[in-house]
Amino acid sequence: MAAPPRPESIALLDKLMAALSAKGIVTEAQIAARQAITDKASPEIGARMVARAWTDEAYRDLLLRDGHAAAEQMGATMAGAPPLGVLVNTPTRHHLVVCTLCSCYPRALLGYPPHWYKSFAFRSRAVREPRAVLAEWGTSIPDNVEIRVVDSTADFRWMVLPQRPAGTEGWDEARLAGLVTRDALVGVGLPKAA
Amino acid sequence: MTLALGTTVRVKDDWPERRGPCHIRTPHYLRGRQGRIERVLGRFKNPEDLAFARPAPERTLYHVLFEQAPVWGEGAAGDTLLVEIFEHWLEPH
Repeated sequence: MAAPPRPESIALLDKLMAALSAKGIVTEAQIAARQAITDKASPEIGARMVARAWTDEAYRDLLLRDGHAAAEQMGATMAGAPPLGVLVNTPTRHHLVVCTLCSCYPRALLGYPPHWYKSFAFRSRAVREPRAVLAEWGTSIPDNVEIRVVDSTADFRWMVLPQRPAGTEGWDEARLAGLVTRDALVGVGLPKAA
Repeated sequence: MTLALGTTVRVKDDWPERRGPCHIRTPHYLRGRQGRIERVLGRFKNPEDLAFARPAPERTLYHVLFEQAPVWGEGAAGDTLLVEIFEHWLEPH
């Protein structure tokens, strides 16, 4: 868990917010609205999107064509958020998302990024030795499967659409969504039926 | 002019951070590296200007695919890197 905020950090944040407000750049109401959107966001929304894409071809098409519309259908508020791109895992390709420059993450959809996503270690290692990093998560990708590391450097935000695991035939959407973790949506983990 | 999918490109071997304050979205490990255009992502205001509150013209943003092994001199053949790069950082190869 993250350490509690330090008093000097809170004082600095208060000064910054007062300055932004004084200059008319952003109002407190706008900040509160943005916080509410991010607080509502959750990996569970991403999981339900994946489960629907596994079971509904038309929704899958929408997800790949217009990530915002697909996310809004599931209750996320995407207004003002960067475009959402979806990376489709296949039997021969696995995607891993990282932001080496900072911590770009689809916050409007998945909420706040986990602390490790922002760590220097993850950011520097994921692009250079992705197989070693994934192994530390217990995620083993066969040698004949390409690992495609997606460095989120600019105006898009990225989510992985994992493959539907074997052994889930006949499962309904809610049960399938229960398999999809935040880690699977970033690509450090895989959904497993067992 | 928009670059066609599959076009081989080279990321400029340029280091503006050595010349003074700047904000760039092109990772250092890709400078001078060869990749190919995988997808045209659209046009976005140039973050290099936005960061300094300058007028920011729109630039085309590409998804560029690189082989991992040549970038690092190690790694599994066939593994790749897919990175958003703005047009002004790309030159034909």
